[in-house]
Amino acid sequence: MSDTPADAHGHEHPKHELSHYAKRIYAIRDLLVEKGVLTEKDIQCQVEYQEARAPANGSKLVAHAWVDSAFKARLIADPKAACAEMGIDAAAVNEFMVLENTEKVRHMVVCTLCSCYPRPILGRPPDWYKSFNYRQRAVVDPRGVMREFGLDLPDDVEVRVHDSTADIRYLVLPLRPKGTESHSEADLAKLVTRDSMIGVTDALPAIPE
Amino acid sequence: MNSQAGKFKPGDRVTVKLEDRPGHIRTPWYIRGKTGWIERVYGDFLNPESLAYGRDGLPKRTLYLVAFNQADVWGRTAGPTDKVLVDIYEHWLDRTQ
Repeated sequence: MSDTPADAHGHEHPKHELSHYAKRIYAIRDLLVEKGVLTEKDIQCQVEYQEARAPANGSKLVAHAWVDSAFKARLIADPKAACAEMGIDAAAVNEFMVLENTEKVRHMVVCTLCSCYPRPILGRPPDWYKSFNYRQRAVVDPRGVMREFGLDLPDDVEVRVHDSTADIRYLVLPLRPKGTESHSEADLAKLVTRDSMIGVTDALPAIPE
Repeated sequence: MNSQAGKFKPGDRVTVKLEDRPGHIRTPWYIRGKTGWIERVYGDFLNPESLAYGRDGLPKRTLYLVAFNQADVWGRTAGPTDKVLVDIYEHWLDRTQ
């Protein structure tokens, strides 16, 4: 928040006019600090923790699953344990489930009620994931949504939309792109986009030789 | 997760209750009244309809992954085998023959 002025009580607020909800959040934050429930440092640490979680965690899991079939089996059977193996902290969160795409089945994840999302693995959800538009259309017209993300599926591929409404979070394990046999695991991870792990499209195509 | 829980097993046909209740309901409107089948038993979880109001969430409720044919939900479908799968707590489900 370097572009914001410091005010009298030790931290900075944005200069522009705040919305009602933003004002309320700042007021609640100030009260929690004033009453000693949280410290400024606690809040900053939590912000940094939230920001540190990124789709790269998921890309690492998927790329490793592509090259190691035993790991893939463990990732599907017990995703939390598989995350721990890869040094990704998923212990504190909801249960989650890995949905494996095949040539004949594609999975897509939405939360029609709010914005439930596998945050420890993918970080914060993109704005479109939280939009009414996506939340409505993902369940009604998943193929139309996929087409907008560049994936046009033939009718004989089954589309399975998961509405993540409760205690389970979902991560899609995309198909390994063709022609990637000689890719290193690090290069494979570059093909695993956030959107491919939400399931709205496939992983990126192979990196040309 | 306790997979022994619950009165339904995978394959059982179920219909989602067509009810309007106030509160923190995790059953989306579009799926109420629709018939599908149990895909998976997730186990017992604290009830979010109680937790959301600062209560203890007890008794726990069994959570299921319930599958529906897109055609049965919307009356039409782009792909003949397309499905929508929703996580639903047991107290929202009735057995259907």
